Amino acid sequence: MDWQGQKVVEQVMQILLVICGVVAVVVGYATESFRMMMMIYAGGVVLATLVTVPDWPFYNHHPLKWLDPSEADKHPKPQVAAVASKKKSLKK
Amino acid sequence: MHSFGYRANALLTFAVTALAFICAIASLSDKFSNQNPSAEIQILYIKRFKSYGNDEVSLTLDINADLQSLFTWNTKQVFAFVAAEYETPKNSLNQVSLWDVIIPDKEHAKFRIQTSNKYRFIDQGHNLRGKEFNLTLHWHVMPKTGKMFADKIVMPGYSLPDAYK
Repeated sequence: MDWQGQKVVEQVMQILLVICGVVAVVVGYATESFRMMMMIYAGGVVLATLVTVPDWPFYNHHPLKWLDPSEADKHPKPQVAAVASKKKSLKK
Repeated sequence: MHSFGYRANALLTFAVTALAFICAIASLSDKFSNQNPSAEIQILYIKRFKSYGNDEVSLTLDINADLQSLFTWNTKQVFAFVAAEYETPKNSLNQVSLWDVIIPDKEHAKFRIQTSNKYRFIDQGHNLRGKEFNLTLHWHVMPKTGKMFADKIVMPGYSLPDAYK
């Protein structure tokens, strides 16, 4: 899942659950049925799980574009100070 | 939100939090229901009134009650009981439970029943002759979510005979 997908999935999850909760309370109160409210909310949770938990392909429409390795080779890193490189070589 | 487990965890947490809110709203909605229960109790006759160390009364009650307005969509059941309440020199309030019932739903909340006392009406001592007492219908409402609450109807003006029989 890409960054954009992660942002969307979080919003979709919260909006779905809140809407289901509101619908459940309204319908439950109107029909005077606590069971109805719980069933609607449970259904909403299952729906939200199916929509947001698996990594669906439509969450991957904005893949990160990394530079091609060959492009990086054309612009070599500037040499860092001698002290830093020494430390690195010691660790190795 | 980068992995399956993280998304499942976030969803579950949010869902349970929202569920808590839903239950709180359901409990709150009970406050807006107007409750006007009514009850009427007659003592049909006194079967036995003796002293076995302590005064004991055996009587038949005619209980007529309408507790339907206590039931809302958030009510699981109602427990109701009839108590005889009176004052003696030793105790400022004696409460003796005579009869009780568990009402599972609204359809059973309006009833008329003639019954002898389910639990024994025994005083602590010999104070019952000629005693004025109240019959009180207490009820405890047990909601599906939220706090249990109780109330009562006090019916004064009952009295016991002056002599044992």
